[in-house]
Amino acid sequence: MLGLFVLTMVGWMVISENTRPQLGLDLRGGTTVTLQPKVAPGETGAITQDSIDQAVSIIQARVNGFGVAEADVASQGRGADAVIVVSVPGVTQSELVDLLGRTARLGFRPVLQETAGTPLPGNPTPSPSKTGKKDKQAQPDAQGGGASSGGLVPRTEETPSPTPTPSATPSPSAAATPSTANNGGEVTPELQAEFAALDCSVDDQRSIGANFQAEDAIVACSEDGAAKYLLGPVAVDGANIADATAGIPPNELGWAVQLRFDSEGSKAFADTTQELFGQSPPQNQFAIVLDGQVVSAPRVNEPILGGSASITGDFTQQEATDLATVLKFGALPLAFDIGERQTVSPTLGEDQLRGGLIAGALGLVLVVVYLLMYYRALALVAVFSLVVAALITYGTVVFLGASSFGFTLTLAGVAGLIVAIGITADSFIVYFERIRDEVRDGRTLRVALEAGWSRAKRTIIAADAISLIAAVILYVLSVGSVRGFAFALGLTTVVDLLVVFTFTKPLITLLAQTKFFNSGSPWSGLSPERLGAKRPVRPADALAKEA
Amino acid sequence: MSRISDFGGSLYRGDVSIDFVGRRRQWYAMSAVLLLIALSSLVWKGLNFGIEFEGGSVFAVPSATCTVETARDAFATTDVTTAEPIVTEVSGSSARSIRVQTLALNPEQTNLVATTLADACQVSVDTVSTQVIGPSWGGEITKKAFTGLGVFLLAIVVYLSITFEWRMAAAALVALVHDVVITVGIYALVGFEVTPASVIGVLTILGYSLYDTVVVFDKVKENTRGLTGGSRMTYSDAANLAVNQTLVRSINTSVVGLLPVAALLFVGAYVLGAGTLKDLALALFVGIAVGTYSSIFVATPFLAELKEREPAMQALSKRVAARRASRDVATQPAAAVAAGSGAASGGPAAEPGVPRPSPSARSGGPRNQPKRSKSARKRRPKR
Repeated sequence: MLGLFVLTMVGWMVISENTRPQLGLDLRGGTTVTLQPKVAPGETGAITQDSIDQAVSIIQARVNGFGVAEADVASQGRGADAVIVVSVPGVTQSELVDLLGRTARLGFRPVLQETAGTPLPGNPTPSPSKTGKKDKQAQPDAQGGGASSGGLVPRTEETPSPTPTPSATPSPSAAATPSTANNGGEVTPELQAEFAALDCSVDDQRSIGANFQAEDAIVACSEDGAAKYLLGPVAVDGANIADATAGIPPNELGWAVQLRFDSEGSKAFADTTQELFGQSPPQNQFAIVLDGQVVSAPRVNEPILGGSASITGDFTQQEATDLATVLKFGALPLAFDIGERQTVSPTLGEDQLRGGLIAGALGLVLVVVYLLMYYRALALVAVFSLVVAALITYGTVVFLGASSFGFTLTLAGVAGLIVAIGITADSFIVYFERIRDEVRDGRTLRVALEAGWSRAKRTIIAADAISLIAAVILYVLSVGSVRGFAFALGLTTVVDLLVVFTFTKPLITLLAQTKFFNSGSPWSGLSPERLGAKRPVRPADALAKEA
Repeated sequence: MSRISDFGGSLYRGDVSIDFVGRRRQWYAMSAVLLLIALSSLVWKGLNFGIEFEGGSVFAVPSATCTVETARDAFATTDVTTAEPIVTEVSGSSARSIRVQTLALNPEQTNLVATTLADACQVSVDTVSTQVIGPSWGGEITKKAFTGLGVFLLAIVVYLSITFEWRMAAAALVALVHDVVITVGIYALVGFEVTPASVIGVLTILGYSLYDTVVVFDKVKENTRGLTGGSRMTYSDAANLAVNQTLVRSINTSVVGLLPVAALLFVGAYVLGAGTLKDLALALFVGIAVGTYSSIFVATPFLAELKEREPAMQALSKRVAARRASRDVATQPAAAVAAGSGAASGGPAAEPGVPRPSPSARSGGPRNQPKRSKSARKRRPKR
């Protein structure tokens, strides 16, 4: 049965060509950043598993958007104690930290053109129902604002200007990489063409805006893909937002989002709104762009000079809250501290891997030599069992690395595997000593094997249960390298149980039938004379036991 | 090696018996001294926490030629921090590097320092490894380690109480705390740096120490089954026999456990120079050694002490004492022989506590009690 299992595993490795374990970044070089979620100052919200999961998927999307191959984003731990670990091979640290350091890539950009999300050359007019949702307005905030109460001017223009009508209709390319990045803020003909071709209903293309720099003019889609925009360079950076809250302002009925800028942001926002105010639609709008997608594009009703603004429109409570969250934290539902960031150069990783392998081989050899010296031929059983256990462990590590579980073997994990050599070998020692005890009692070998086994297996199970408890608790409660170690320990404990029950025991039973062991050769490790057994074995007793 | 086999056989039969349980006061005293040393060095010297706990930045520049002075001077030109960096040379047989340790830096400063150091040491910046730990991160790790420890202890008490009994759980816990305090004390005394890897090591020791204890306790449980029905041995006697019977296994287990760890330690310390492997192996090496000691010298004697307080066990002790007294009167010469042979290992002082089931009757022991030896074999609690 075990043979079948091993064969299946080997077969799988050959067929799927997964023959090497997934190595952690500390063994092959790369950057790891550990993010500690925190509740932002002044907030009372709790860190929930939901918000962590949400943050993980958003960071994953952001890292992917950055074009990093093999990036891995995962949460470790549960609930309020969870952290998010981002691992990126082969990217320099600054790039990665820049990417994550910002709570979001959020910015306000003036709208130059707005149209429906798909290139529709014959019928460029978007349906009003779709874009009508974008009917949001920005105005000075009554409470915090320096400006007078800006009346709520209903926006009459329902349909965004469809100009320019694309003359040509290039088929939407699959890649979202713009050819016109680094345009320095100029709306080049290429950008114009790109805008015309952009199909926001295609998932691949929707995040096109993320590939531009802040100083570029960009093309971008709305979040739902219903509209697309041609936008100017970033006028106000998201980092300059001091606070954003959702609520129903006094004396009003609808939900609104109140915004407060810091001093730099106040000035930039004042300049922008002054400029936009009075322009003809849609150029009197600014777009709130998050990670390259337009979250909202409110119209400016009047210049906003006081550093406080409110965005109104027919928001639902959910919409208003979401927008406020986005403005405040970026897309992430949580704020983060960078707990640890580590860059391991490929050379160091290689050294550490080699060190681990040397230590493992050395440890294995030492254990084998000791066992051979002490248990003689019996030790061969232990050595074979260790080899089988090692093969199964290797296969499992490879399998888990290739599977969706994505287990990566870190240096701590390697150390765990090496330490486990001792624990695995101990199971054999427990069994062998029991057999010897039985032989000392004058039992024949075959009886001794069975009697010894029935007791040894209880001890082995009890002792392995302790190891397993330790491994599981460590794994669940810890972060980072401790987890890798705990996983390795738990895995090898399970493998140990498997091997002892399905390989070692049957093998010993099989060997006991050979003359070499049964005759009590001094080299068998089970010689009754050497063990100081009571001799001679009483034949009647032995017969009775065997019957 | 065959000598050890013989020795194992003698231990198993009880021919040779080391009085672990009876002399518990000696072992307790020894452990008390060790604990005292450990605790006082913890109090007076304290632990040497690595930057993972304190927060800070570490740069490792691999170079065969770069000097500490070069790195220090280069760092000074960056003006990133007012505090003097700690610059050390780390060398193993295969690698040599310059290690620069500073306060926690922001990403821009980190890049600046990495580039400057690489230039000064004339290596590519890609080969420089960096690690920055935020100030609150270490606290988080410590908190998690303590939570893990608490939950682990609780789970173990529950598990041992179910599979064995609460007294065994209590004795195992005492041994566990003993091991951890001594290991941590050794860290404080020697001044080894405490890193997350050492914490892993200590947590693993917990598992290992318990694992060892469980194997001994399993044998104790086996030996003491149905004990109160007879009057041959007290609980302490049976427990002591169990320790002796598993002694060879304990030694083998420790050796086999220590060999791979020693390999790790060797590679970590001499080939790589420093890092995770060394930190981990060091904690394990110390811990496994202490753990083996405690499962023999602390856990089992303590368990026997707890058990002897049970009324049933006290009654048993009285019966055994009465029986021995009458036996001694009846078989003076035999007892004298037994005491003489025991002197080699346990010493005469150990005699009252040491069971002598004497299966040696067959192999040339005292011949005048064939009946006893037969009953002894039957009674010898093993199954």
